[in-house]
Amino acid sequence: MDSYMNGGLLVMAMTIYLVRALPLALLRKEIRSPFIRSFLYYVPYVSLSVMTFPAILSATTSFWSGLAGFAAGVVLAWVDGNLFRVSIGACAAVFLVELIL
Amino acid sequence: MDEKKKQKVSGEIQRWFVPGLKAGIPIGMGYFAVAFTLGIAARKAGMNVFQAGFMSATMLASAGQFAGINALASGAGYVEMIVAEIVVNLRYLLMSGALSQKVMGDKPFFHRFLMAYGVTDEIFAVSMGVEGRLHPWYMYGAIVTAMPGWVLGTVMGALLGMILPSRAMSAMSVALYGMFLAIVIPPSKKSPVIAGVVLVSMAVSTIFAMAPVLNRISSGFQIILLTILVAGAAAILFPVKEEREEA
Repeated sequence: MDSYMNGGLLVMAMTIYLVRALPLALLRKEIRSPFIRSFLYYVPYVSLSVMTFPAILSATTSFWSGLAGFAAGVVLAWVDGNLFRVSIGACAAVFLVELIL
Repeated sequence: MDEKKKQKVSGEIQRWFVPGLKAGIPIGMGYFAVAFTLGIAARKAGMNVFQAGFMSATMLASAGQFAGINALASGAGYVEMIVAEIVVNLRYLLMSGALSQKVMGDKPFFHRFLMAYGVTDEIFAVSMGVEGRLHPWYMYGAIVTAMPGWVLGTVMGALLGMILPSRAMSAMSVALYGMFLAIVIPPSKKSPVIAGVVLVSMAVSTIFAMAPVLNRISSGFQIILLTILVAGAAAILFPVKEEREEA
């Protein structure tokens, strides 16, 4: 059992490392294609947005506290933008709403 | 080391490594909370504390590890694990591709192999948020403060299990999402195109979460599919003008 598990851990660690390392190792030259450059430029905005919403609504114990966390995060990010403060603010909003509920 | 080189190194530490360390702190705190639940899951799947910690230190991936824990718990074969990890983490392929274009061109090649270790949603996000080109040391700084939060959180979760009050767990679970918002919203203020991309991304992912059939697509694959679709459409409709700064 233990050797199966240790083997699995090693196999998965290597797999995930290769997924991360191959593009960095292979795409050494600057890409000239305006399409690919634009595509890669938009990748972080799309992937982070997709990961955040609607997942945040089901991350907490209730839909409403998740929504509060999302709203607080959006407002704080808009007016302040500091990673740490936005993050803490979203957590605080969830906590407060769950106290009331 | 001669004086000049020493000066250059300390300048790079000031300019890149220290800001990286700072950017990694909130990430590490968010990681701690998420990894805590991961530690509990790892323990339930029959891992000991050391194995759970090892998994987090080597994989550094939330969805990937949850998938891995499930695979191990169900006695899946190694090939199945490899396929699952590739699919769940395919987005890192895109992120590494984006990073390959962001990193300063004059840095030695080996940096790319070290940077690869730290390609997570969050470290990727702050690294891409850097103005101009990226110095590898910025990423190393973020890794140094963020990664211990991940490993420590896993170990604590495996050790302490359910001791933490559920209210605190629930609140902490949005920490990472808050950070994502802090990365995509501020640029949206300046660029209506980015704002549109963010809104469309959230709308489409909501459709994928609700619509029948579509909502059966695993979340890891959904991210990759939507990223390709939306970022591809945006690249066709709003190509980015050449204004790459050599920093």
